[in-house]
Amino acid sequence: MSYKIAVCSGKGGTGKTTVAVNLFSTIQTKWTKNVQLIDCDVEEPNDLLFFKDAKVINRSIVNQLVPVIDESQCTFCGKCEEYCEFNAISIIPSVKYASVDPNMCHSCGACLHACKFGAIQEHQHPIGELTSFSRGNQMDILEGSLKIGSPMQTKIIKDLKANACDESDILIYDAPPGTSCPVVETVSAADFVILVTEPTPFGLYDLRLTVDLMKEMQKDFGIVVNKAGMGDREVYAYIKEEDIELLAEIPFNREYAGQYAQGKLLSDVPPLIEQEYLKLAIYLKNRMSHD
Amino acid sequence: MIEITILSGKGGTGKTGITAAFASLAKNTVFADIDVDAPDLHLILKPEIKEENQFLGARIATIDRQVCTNCGLCKKECRFDAIHYRAEGGLEVNPFECEGCRLCERICPVQAISSEHSTNNHWFVSNTRFGSMLHAKMGPGEENSGKLVTTVRKNAKEKAREENADFLLNDGPPGVGCSAIASLTGVDKVILVTEPSKSGFHDAVRLIELVQKFNIPLYAVINKYDINTEIAKQMESFFLTQGIQLLGKIPFDEDMVNAIVNQKSIIEYRPDSEIARKIKEMWNKVTEPIEEIK
Repeated sequence: MSYKIAVCSGKGGTGKTTVAVNLFSTIQTKWTKNVQLIDCDVEEPNDLLFFKDAKVINRSIVNQLVPVIDESQCTFCGKCEEYCEFNAISIIPSVKYASVDPNMCHSCGACLHACKFGAIQEHQHPIGELTSFSRGNQMDILEGSLKIGSPMQTKIIKDLKANACDESDILIYDAPPGTSCPVVETVSAADFVILVTEPTPFGLYDLRLTVDLMKEMQKDFGIVVNKAGMGDREVYAYIKEEDIELLAEIPFNREYAGQYAQGKLLSDVPPLIEQEYLKLAIYLKNRMSHD
Repeated sequence: MIEITILSGKGGTGKTGITAAFASLAKNTVFADIDVDAPDLHLILKPEIKEENQFLGARIATIDRQVCTNCGLCKKECRFDAIHYRAEGGLEVNPFECEGCRLCERICPVQAISSEHSTNNHWFVSNTRFGSMLHAKMGPGEENSGKLVTTVRKNAKEKAREENADFLLNDGPPGVGCSAIASLTGVDKVILVTEPSKSGFHDAVRLIELVQKFNIPLYAVINKYDINTEIAKQMESFFLTQGIQLLGKIPFDEDMVNAIVNQKSIIEYRPDSEIARKIKEMWNKVTEPIEEIK
C-alpha cells in the first residue's frame, strides 16, 4: 500500500501547488523514485506547468452515467422527478415532456429505481479527462481536468484516486482549495495531510476552517507556513495554541515568486527554501516508519 | 440594479482585497461574499449581523440498526460507496461520502433508513460601514456549496431591490466548478482578477471559457502585474483577442497585505497611493452607465 499525503489549504493561492510540486521533486531526487504526484485540483489543474520534461503517456475520458428518458415508454407519472434529489429531471405531463439536465445529475441511479415502465436508461456523458505523464519513470504525474461547465469535480477526483499507481511508495495529492466536498473526497484516503497557509488574516481564518474539517475527519495533519515574513504573526500564535506541528516555513522571496510565475519552480531553488522542503521530506519519512 | 461577480479561476490572486477596495468606493451598493467555502470579506468589512438564517444542506442517510436486517441491498446499490459494514457488525453510512440521494432509503425493504438535512450551514444579513452585506458560514465538508451560493445571491438580490441599490457586488469563489457556476449564472457583469503567472493565466483561460458559455460581459484586472511583465503582456493581448476589457493593472505592493492585517481596504489604508488611484479608475470604468460596443 502506498503512503498517501494530501496537500490542502482552505484559502486559494497560499501555495498548495508550490509545496506539492517541490515536495514531489525533493522526494524524487533525495529519497525514492517511486513517488507519484496526483493533481486533484481538477477545476484548475496546474502541476504540469512546472514539469517541462513530462511527456503524456496516457489520456482517458471520464464519463458520468446520465439517465435518458425514452418518451415512447414514459407515462409521465413523475415518479423519477420526485425521486431525483438534485432537480435534474423535469416532467410536464400535460404536454408529455420529459427531460434530464446532465449538469444537475449526480448519477445516483435513484430514477432507475423510480421508473416502473423501463423508460429510463443510462448513457455515458463526458465530464473531464485523466492524463498520466512520465518524466522517465513509469507514471510520475497523474492529472484530472474537469470539462468546462460540468459541476462533477468529485467524480473526477474519485477516478483519479482509483487510477493512482498502487505500487508507488508514496502518493502526493494536490487538493483543490475550499472546505467542501471536493476537498473531502481528496483527503478521505490520505494517511497524512499537509495544510498550507500564509501568515495573513485571510490565511488564518481559512486555516481554522480547514483544521476543523481535519478534526472532524479524524485526520493526522501538520502545517506549512508559506510566504513567511509577510503579513503578521497571528498564525504562529494559533498553531502554538492549538498545539499543531509546524512542519516547515517557506520564506517569501520576491525573486522566487517571479520564477514561480514563469513555471520555473524547480530550478535554482533558493537554499533556504530547499532546506525547508528537505526538512518536510525527512519529517514524512520518519512519520511513515512509525505509522 | 446591476449585479457584478468577481472571479479569478486561480485562488489567491486578490479577489477579496480588490472587492474590499471597490466596497469602500461604491455608493448605494449591497455586498455578498459568495466564496462560501473560504469566506474572507467579513474580515475587512466587519459585518454586524442583523439576521441569521439556517440553510438546509444536503441530506445524509442514517441506518437504524435496530430495524436493519443486514441484507446489504443499500450497500450494493449505493453509487458513492458511502455504506460499509462496521468491524463490530452492522451497516453504517459514512456521512462524508453520502451525497444525500436517498436511493438507499427508498429501496430498503424494511424501512431502516432515514435521511435528514444537515443543519450546519447558516447565512446572514448584516450591516457594514459601506452598506448591507450578505454572507454565509458553511459547516466543514458540506456537500452543497453551489446551492448555498445560490441562496446567498437570491437573498442579496432581494435586499438590493428592497434598498433600491444601484449595484450588487459579489466576491466569488476560485475554480470553475459548481460554486463558480452558481456564482455567475444570470449576473450582469463578471470581473476577472488575475495575476501574471503561468498558473494564473492557465486558470484565467478556463474561467473565460466558462463565462463566455453564459454570454456575460467580462472585464479583467491584472493584479501584481510586475511579478512578471512578460506574462502580463501576453495576458493583455489575449484579453484583446477575446473582446475582454482590461480595467487596469495593479503593481505588487506589500501594502495590500498590510491593509488586510489592519482590517482595512487599501483605499482606507493608503488613500493617496498609486494603487488606490488605479482602483478608483477601475471602479469608475466598470460602473459607467453606457455599455461599450464590442
